[in-house]
Amino acid sequence: MNFVDYYNILGIAKTATPKDIKNAYRKLARKYHPDLNPNDKDAKKNFQLINEANEVLSDPEKRKKYDQYGQDWKHAEEFEKEKQYQQQSSGSRGARYSGSPSGGDFSDFFESMFGRASGAGGSRQVKFRGEDYNAELHLELIDAYKTHKQTLTVNGHKIRIAIPAGIENGQTIKIAGHGGQGINGGPNGDLYITFSIANHPKIKRLGNNLFTTVDLDLYKAVLGGEIILDTLNGQVKLKVKPETQNGSKVKLAGKGFPVYKDEGQFGDFYITYAIKIPTNLTDKQKVLFAELSKL
Amino acid sequence: MQTEYLIALDEFCTNHNIEISFVSSLQQNGLIEIKTVKETVFIDAGQLQQLETFIRLYYELDINLEGIETISYLLERIKSLQEENIKLKNRLRLYETEL
Repeated sequence: MNFVDYYNILGIAKTATPKDIKNAYRKLARKYHPDLNPNDKDAKKNFQLINEANEVLSDPEKRKKYDQYGQDWKHAEEFEKEKQYQQQSSGSRGARYSGSPSGGDFSDFFESMFGRASGAGGSRQVKFRGEDYNAELHLELIDAYKTHKQTLTVNGHKIRIAIPAGIENGQTIKIAGHGGQGINGGPNGDLYITFSIANHPKIKRLGNNLFTTVDLDLYKAVLGGEIILDTLNGQVKLKVKPETQNGSKVKLAGKGFPVYKDEGQFGDFYITYAIKIPTNLTDKQKVLFAELSKL
Repeated sequence: MQTEYLIALDEFCTNHNIEISFVSSLQQNGLIEIKTVKETVFIDAGQLQQLETFIRLYYELDINLEGIETISYLLERIKSLQEENIKLKNRLRLYETEL
């Protein structure tokens, strides 16, 4: 836990007046407010910091205590008497922007000096939705291929969710009511889960279509035959046409990825053939290839 | 038939300690939709989150209606660009090879 320089965070001098603090805070709040910076974790973190700085510096009692003991915050016992006094008083006197909307957690430093923050504050007793939570869930491509259920732990609560087949990498789903608790009796926030789907070593995905490259030996490419292909749904037997060219593509209609929330619908599976020229030829093979070249 | 979840506007405004005229102004600027059923004005629950955002912008950040309209447009643009960015990243993965 490190000392947090609230004056530096707000970009003001230690001699700043309440008006200076208010102006600096308002300016930064407009810059970093979560409503104006969607999906920006850095902005959210900055917003929490400036909220915390304002919480302390706009309250004369807290500011006095911070100025007196801030650098020496480890001697918490010395503050105890004052802490008790603080708990009896009604908390923050300065308005705090709700933003996210609870304003988020305060730092350990803050809680060490002032105790836990009393929730989104200010003078308006407004019912607000709780804070929306964001989480990231890592899946393998094969996991996203079939609808399945997973149990997640979010802020100590276990949530069982169904993940529909066909979910995209980077896609976000909303779990209503599983975010932070509502403020002043407001409804709970929502939980947003963003999926991060790892690349498959052999199969690539683009939307609902799958792509893979299959090595094909020269003889099978020339004469035709059968190959066994690994798909996300097991192995399939595939006929190879005679005289298959290197880089040629085959489409397996309906063998691709499931379409999100459209049961029974699948994309296509595209196979690109990479023909491998034999190496380390025997003398006999060399002779035969030479004969072939003269035909 | 899909069920509509509606919230009475006067109740919403009382709970949020805001003027009904503010919500009316948002509606006049095309930022939210309100519905009138049997002479009672409602807002759709699906718009709640957006409306609360507008309330925070107006009452807490002192941004006027014109500013909210501009921000709303730009946030839509950001959302659309973020979606496009995800699509492009996914497309790029097609050409990535494992190291």
